[in-house]
Amino acid sequence: MIKIVKRDQPSRAIFFLTPVLAIFLTLVAGGLIFYILGFKPFEALKFFFIVPIADKYGFSELLLKATPLCLIAIGLSFCFKSNNWNIGAEGQLTFGAIVSGGVALLFYDQEGFYILPIVILAGAIGGMLYASIPAILKTYFNTNEILVSLMLVYVSKLILDYLVVGPWSNPEGFNFPETRQFSESARLPLLFEGLRIHAGIFLALAAVVISWFIFYKTYLGFQMKVSGFSLKTAKYAGYKGKKMIILVFLISGACAGLAGVGEITGPIGQLHREISPDYGFTAIIVAFLGRLNPVGIIFASLVVAITYLGAETAQIFMQIPKYTGQVFQGMILFFLLASDYLLFFKIKFIGSKK
Amino acid sequence: MIVDINFIGLIITSIMASAVPLILASCGELITERSGVLNLGVEGMMIIGAISGFALMIVTGSLVIAVFGAMLAGVLISTIFAFLTQTLITNHVATGLALTIFGIGISAMIGKNFVGIPGKDFPILFESFKDAIPFLSPILFGHSIVFYFAFALPFLTNYFLKKTKIGLIVRAVGDSPDSASNQGINVRLVRYLCILYGGAMCGLAGAYLSMIYTPQWIENMTGGRGWIALALVVFSTWNPIKILVGAMIFGGLTIIQFHMQAVGVRIPVQFLTALPYIVTIIVLVVISRDSRKIRLSTPSSLGKSFYKDN
Repeated sequence: MIKIVKRDQPSRAIFFLTPVLAIFLTLVAGGLIFYILGFKPFEALKFFFIVPIADKYGFSELLLKATPLCLIAIGLSFCFKSNNWNIGAEGQLTFGAIVSGGVALLFYDQEGFYILPIVILAGAIGGMLYASIPAILKTYFNTNEILVSLMLVYVSKLILDYLVVGPWSNPEGFNFPETRQFSESARLPLLFEGLRIHAGIFLALAAVVISWFIFYKTYLGFQMKVSGFSLKTAKYAGYKGKKMIILVFLISGACAGLAGVGEITGPIGQLHREISPDYGFTAIIVAFLGRLNPVGIIFASLVVAITYLGAETAQIFMQIPKYTGQVFQGMILFFLLASDYLLFFKIKFIGSKK
Repeated sequence: MIVDINFIGLIITSIMASAVPLILASCGELITERSGVLNLGVEGMMIIGAISGFALMIVTGSLVIAVFGAMLAGVLISTIFAFLTQTLITNHVATGLALTIFGIGISAMIGKNFVGIPGKDFPILFESFKDAIPFLSPILFGHSIVFYFAFALPFLTNYFLKKTKIGLIVRAVGDSPDSASNQGINVRLVRYLCILYGGAMCGLAGAYLSMIYTPQWIENMTGGRGWIALALVVFSTWNPIKILVGAMIFGGLTIIQFHMQAVGVRIPVQFLTALPYIVTIIVLVVISRDSRKIRLSTPSSLGKSFYKDN
C-alpha cells in the first residue's frame, strides 16, 4: 500500500535534488513528444542537447546565451525571495538596452576608454528606472506588480520599435529598422578570437558573487528571507516593507538592464527590433530551477541555455520548429513545481500484511 | 458637419467584436478566481484554443467540431494547471507562468503546418435584418453565435454567482475554503471544475480570434490579450457586469488606432498600439488605490493553496 505523509519539515536534500529530477523528467517527456512527432527520440534528444555544445564554438554559444539568463535570474531571485512577483524583466532588459544604446549612439564616431563604462552604467540605470514603475505603483498605489510589469514589456518593445524605425534609425541604413553600429569603444571585448563569448560573462559572475554575499551574509538578505516566508512576521519585526520592495525591484531591474547592455554591446553591436529572444521570461524559469540560489542559478542558466541552442540545431537538422525550446522550458518548470511535492510530502510504502 | 450615423454604428460594432475574446476569457478567469485560484495561464490557454480551433477547422472541415474542440483543448491544458496547483499544491503564480510559456511553445509547434492557410467563413445570424434599421442594425444583427454568447455571458455569470446554489458554493470556496470544507464541500473538486471551466472559456476566446475575428493562424496571435483579460478581472473588482464595460473600453482602444491612422492623425503608430497596455496600467492604479475596496471585493483566499489533512 502507498501512503502519502506530510513531512514535519521540508527536506533539505530533496530541495536540491528535485531540479535534477525535473530535468530528467523533461528529457523523458521531450523524448515522448519527439516520438509522437515521428522522430527517433534518442537521436532527437542528442541533436537537441549534445550536438549543439559538442565543439568549442558551441560551448562559447552556450556561455553567450547563459550569460543574460544568469544575470537576469540573479536579479529576479531578489524579488522572488521577498515575495515580489516581477515578471517584466524582459521589459527592463529592453529599456536598459534602449538607454544604453542611446548613450552608445551619442559616441558612435568617437573612441575612448571611458565610453564603455558610461554605456554599461546607462543600461543599469535604464533597467532600474523601468523596474521602479511597478515597484512604486505597488508600494504607493497598491497595484498588482505582476500585471504592471508585464504590460510594461509590451510598451518597452513598442518604444524600441519606434526608435529604430524612427528617430534613431541609421541615416545611411536604407530604411532598415536598425540604428548605426556602435563604435568599437562601446563594445564589450571578445574573450577569444573567432568566438562570440564576450566580457559580459564577468558581469554575470560578479552578480553571482555579490548576490551570494547579500543573501547569506547580510541583514538585508535575512530580511528578504523573512518577508518571503511571512509578510506579517516581517511587519511585526518592524522591517521597512516599502523600502525593501523598491530596493529588490531596483536590483532586479539593474541586472536585467545589464543583460540588455551585454546583448547590444556584445554580439549585436547596434539596436534593432529583436534584441532578446525572451531572455527575460526564460530567466524566471532559470531562477526557480536554480532554487533562487546564486550557485544553483549558474547551473540552471547553463541547462536552460541549451534549450535555445538545441532548438536552433533541431530546426536546422531535423526541421523541428524552434519553438520546441519554449515547450522544453515550460515543461522544466512544470516538472520542477510538481516534484516540489516531494519536499513537503513523503511517499511511504507500507506492507499490506496485518 | 454631418456625422454618418451608420458609420458610428459600424465603429461600435467593430469595438464590440474586438471586445468578444476579452469578455470570454475574463468571465472564465473570473469564475476561476472566485473559487480562490489565480491562473496566470490565460494567454497560454487562449493561444492553445486559437490553434486547436483553426487546425480542427481545416482538418475536419466542421466548424462545430472546431469550436468545441478548442474549448476541449482549453480544458485539457488547464487540467495540467489544476492537477499541479490542487493535487500537488504548487504555487499558483509560477504554475500559471509555466502554462503560458508552454502553451505558446506548443501552439507554435502545432501551428507550423497551418501558417498562411486561409480560414473559412463563419456563419452569421440574422443576416437579413442587417440593413433594416439604420445605426442599430449593424450593432444588433449579423454576428456569429460566439459574439452573442459573449455578450450574454457576463449576465449569465452574474446570475450564476448570485442566484444559484452552485454559484454560492463557488464563492464560499473562494472566500473561506476552511468553512466551506467544514460544511462538507469538496473544496478541491470545486476548484478543479472552476479551473477547467476557465480553460474552456479561454479556449473559446482563442478560437474566436483564429476562426472568426481574423480567420487565419498567426504565431502568437493572442498578442497579450490574455494578460489584458487578467487585468480586466481586477478592473471589474470580480463583478462580471463590469467586465463588459472594461472589455468595451479596451476594445475601443484597439479599434481607435485604426481609425486614427485612417484619418491621418500624426501620432506614431507604436504609441497607439501601446495605448491599451498603458491605459491598463493607469486603470489598475486608479482601481487599486483604494486598498480597502480591493480587499473587500477580492476573493479572500485568492492565490492561496488549500491543503486538508485527512
